[in-house]
Amino acid sequence: MSTEQTSENLVGRGNKEGAALFREWFSELHETAHQGGPAAYVFVMGSMNEVLKTFDLPVVFPEISSLQTAVRHSAHELLEVAEDYGYSPDICGYVKADVAVQIRGGKHPMGDLPKPALSVLTNACNTYIKWAEIWERMYGTPMVTIDIPGTREGGGQTWSGNSDFEADRKYVEVQIRELIETCEEVTGTKFDIDKFRETLGHANTMTRSWKRLLELNAARPSVFNALTDGTVYLGVANGFRGTEAGARYFERLVEEMEYKVANGIGQSIEEKYRLIFVGVPCYPIFRRFNELFTEWGGTFVSSTYLWFASGGFNRGFEYDLDDPIASMAEGSLISVRDGMDSMFHQDRVAMDMIDELGVDGVVYHPIKSCRTVSTGLADGRRHLTEETGISSLFIESDMMDRRVVSEAQMKNRIDAFFEGLASRRKLALAGQGG
Amino acid sequence: MTPPAPSTTATRVFPEWRDKSLDDALLECRDQVESPDFETVRRWREAGGKVAGHFQVAFPEEIVHAAGMLPFKVRGAPVEPNLADSHFGSYLCSILKTSLELALSGRVPMEMFVSHPICDAARNLAAIWGRNFDYPCQILYLPQNPNSAGSIDYLRHEYDRLRRLAEEVSGREITDEALANSIAVFNENRRLLRELYEIKREQPWLIAAEDAYALVSLAGMMPREEHNELLSTLLPQIRERDARPEDRIRVVFEGGFCEQPPFDLIRMLGRTVYLVDDDLLIGLRWLTEDVPLEGDPLRNLAWAYIERSSYSPVQHDLRKPKERMLIERIEGAGADAAILAAAKMCEPGLEEQVTYTHALDEAGIAYFMSEFEENMTSFSQLEMQVETFVENLLFA
Repeated sequence: MSTEQTSENLVGRGNKEGAALFREWFSELHETAHQGGPAAYVFVMGSMNEVLKTFDLPVVFPEISSLQTAVRHSAHELLEVAEDYGYSPDICGYVKADVAVQIRGGKHPMGDLPKPALSVLTNACNTYIKWAEIWERMYGTPMVTIDIPGTREGGGQTWSGNSDFEADRKYVEVQIRELIETCEEVTGTKFDIDKFRETLGHANTMTRSWKRLLELNAARPSVFNALTDGTVYLGVANGFRGTEAGARYFERLVEEMEYKVANGIGQSIEEKYRLIFVGVPCYPIFRRFNELFTEWGGTFVSSTYLWFASGGFNRGFEYDLDDPIASMAEGSLISVRDGMDSMFHQDRVAMDMIDELGVDGVVYHPIKSCRTVSTGLADGRRHLTEETGISSLFIESDMMDRRVVSEAQMKNRIDAFFEGLASRRKLALAGQGG
Repeated sequence: MTPPAPSTTATRVFPEWRDKSLDDALLECRDQVESPDFETVRRWREAGGKVAGHFQVAFPEEIVHAAGMLPFKVRGAPVEPNLADSHFGSYLCSILKTSLELALSGRVPMEMFVSHPICDAARNLAAIWGRNFDYPCQILYLPQNPNSAGSIDYLRHEYDRLRRLAEEVSGREITDEALANSIAVFNENRRLLRELYEIKREQPWLIAAEDAYALVSLAGMMPREEHNELLSTLLPQIRERDARPEDRIRVVFEGGFCEQPPFDLIRMLGRTVYLVDDDLLIGLRWLTEDVPLEGDPLRNLAWAYIERSSYSPVQHDLRKPKERMLIERIEGAGADAAILAAAKMCEPGLEEQVTYTHALDEAGIAYFMSEFEENMTSFSQLEMQVETFVENLLFA
């Protein structure tokens, strides 16, 4: 360390640097949109950025650019444009905001977005497939699916050496090799395996740091807000995956959080209730949604979002640089599968988090836009309650569509949830005393 | 393990249609399909049979059939989801809820359940089912990249995994011979279903839309050997019917690949137009040709899924753009128009509707757009709209 570690130069650094990287990223996209050159459209669960960055392809994550329109309160206009075009109010708001951005020639509140030279998607979300089909029709550009088989039955993952796992791994490897061929065709550049090793090395640093970051929030008080800060970290983890800038960012972020843990520096409020968040954030009222919890001393110490929207970075899989393509296949299989597990088997994830992080309550936020994440939440909650008896809150709204976000109704339910938590705590204390 | 399952089963679960006139036999078929109690499945179980429930859309039924089990197509039902409702949130299609209701209410007990990653909602089903039942509840990961050179090898292995599961559940070894026998049974069934659709396309006045639908639907709830007997008996009688063509427009119905429109809706459409082709229960007709009987049966099934199959909004295949496939279906059936339907809250169906409308606009093909839900009971408004649409075409 060249600089002395102090609260002033460390605390809050991750958020500032994350915001700067975000601006840098969108500037690059704006430049590409105006100067030409290929760009890839990808998704957060299995972006294959390690391959794309080997070809120096700028990447657009339409999920991220869409959520930015909600945070910046312009999503509703875009949703209307897409609905006028024919899309139903009942489908994914991310898709509709992106369709509107495309109809408007790439105009986005953070800068112009380039058109896709290719799109890359996994099957982690089926809407990825339908979404990429839209670009395929709009632009006639290649659409590369990386089909990653998930866990077949709750708790039944297979691992290296098992014949079922090997069949899945081989399938993924064939597809990654096919993606490399497509990238060569699109960019006119030969695949450089040494450069690929470099990007994998950076991804290894990032996943190691990501895992450490999540572990550090077991501290009391917790050191970052999984919902708000976590969304910044997710943006960098996705947009800069496999890059030197991404690796450096996360090393420095871990440094910041280790300092906070060592010095007992928590989030900006006094932590009274440690919560986990299951679902996708409410971006139309992003800050206010969080405040509805922090006003009661509730802090989000983790979320399933940090697991699945990082494409399974939490798993901490590190690529074997001596066998890079096969290892990327194995890593993608394990990590993306883990991301899917944290949606479909979220009850298991929540149970682990409750034990590891000392959680007081679970907040479920199913949304209209995302059935991948939301369909199993009510059932998972029932199961979790039966197994653990933990307090939980179930509030439905959306990540994009403010028409189905009722802040007043939310507040009523959140207030009642905290009153319940407070009563439980009193009763528990009385029981201990008595 | 017990010896391999016999190549054909002697169990019969639907005797009501036998020795009856064609009209009465079709009435029995409609009654079976309209009932939410799935009596045929109950009879199968009472005879000691085991049931493998598989959710929409396509499923290699031959594999569980070769284990002596009844493949039951889980396709929802016109029931209130009284027990299932609390297991789901809002903004979801009805079929998820009513399918789980069938299991929770004990209407359809099973020994195993399989769903597929067809859509964001349905791929949650295996996990939900697994939290509520002790029997195996799994996802069969049908390939979503059929264009990859690795897809057939992968699918062959996935089918082998299903074979091992079915052996475990049934307690019976599934030999290649048993599989080949099952494939032969299903090839025959596919041939008969193709013949039924040929009648719909060429002489739609010979069979009412709801009767054709009932005949297809029964395939997913009774032994295929018995279904083959049913079709083999009734199809020649249908061809011999003394019916004359009426002045109706010929329409393709698109949007029934997963959640099924209410039976009365199909009946209503059948009164108004000739439904000359459709994607209703397309999973039962997914393979478009005979599966080869020589060689490795699992590889043959995998090959057929990738290379000789239909299309639907829930499968992406670069060789089969859905809008082009729809236009081919419309042209192949000599249809005048299309009904583009989507189940409420069905993300893939609703998204595809947009593509379809733009493609049909470009091709100058008339269409009528609608949403439906399996539990809807009032059709008067819809019927009026369809009639107006038809009148516009007839008197244009």
